Amino acid sequence: MSTPVTSVTIESLTTACNERLEATYVQAKDISGGCGQNFEIIIVSPMFEGKSTLQKHRLVNEALKEQIALVHAFSQKTYTPAQWEALSQQ
Amino acid sequence: MSFLRTATWALRPSSQLLTRRAVLPATSFAVRHLSDSTKKTIEDAIHNNKLVVFMKGTPDMPQCGFSRAVMQILTVQGVDMKKSLKTFNILADEELRSGIKEYSSWPTIPQVYINGEFIGGCDIMLNLHQSGELESMLVKEGLVEPEPEENPRA
Repeated sequence: MSTPVTSVTIESLTTACNERLEATYVQAKDISGGCGQNFEIIIVSPMFEGKSTLQKHRLVNEALKEQIALVHAFSQKTYTPAQWEALSQQ
Repeated sequence: MSFLRTATWALRPSSQLLTRRAVLPATSFAVRHLSDSTKKTIEDAIHNNKLVVFMKGTPDMPQCGFSRAVMQILTVQGVDMKKSLKTFNILADEELRSGIKEYSSWPTIPQVYINGEFIGGCDIMLNLHQSGELESMLVKEGLVEPEPEENPRA
């Protein structure tokens, strides 16, 4: 994974989450209206187990460091598989 | 999942990076290292004020939706925005803008500090607001009055 990140796509975000965060589910959305600099992402990963929101977000910030540096705005929701399961039941 | 939009992805305008460089001293030390003076500014601010927000714009005129959302959350919580809140407009201070990101190890603005402790950005504030944790934190620090029992919130 040494290719420099030059632009951010839903695919690259999803790949990074799968590879670096062992995500079981990723839903990335481009909400920029075309400029590709505003993303909203939902990440479900067992790595979030037992972590505070701040710790989870720090994990994501680290894993997606190159991508976040390139975008204007980035919003994240992070869930453990159990939390996500409970949420989808509602 | 929406993979529909595979439009051409715009690169971040290079002019933005150039401007940032140009503002910094020629040694551009501040790009990678937080200067002592900026660090002191941040530490003084977060230790002398119970509630500090590093944001884009001002409470009256936020320059970004995320900073606005944080101001709205604090307003809804009943924080006295004039007395109890200290904000820094990072758009007016390029060194602070990069400095605070490094200080907090956090890539985005706004950034909220309560009682000297980094709380998070907009997403986390919204989370804490919805879960009720933010209210407890603000009450604990004396930033808002506890909600009367007989008048539960809708």
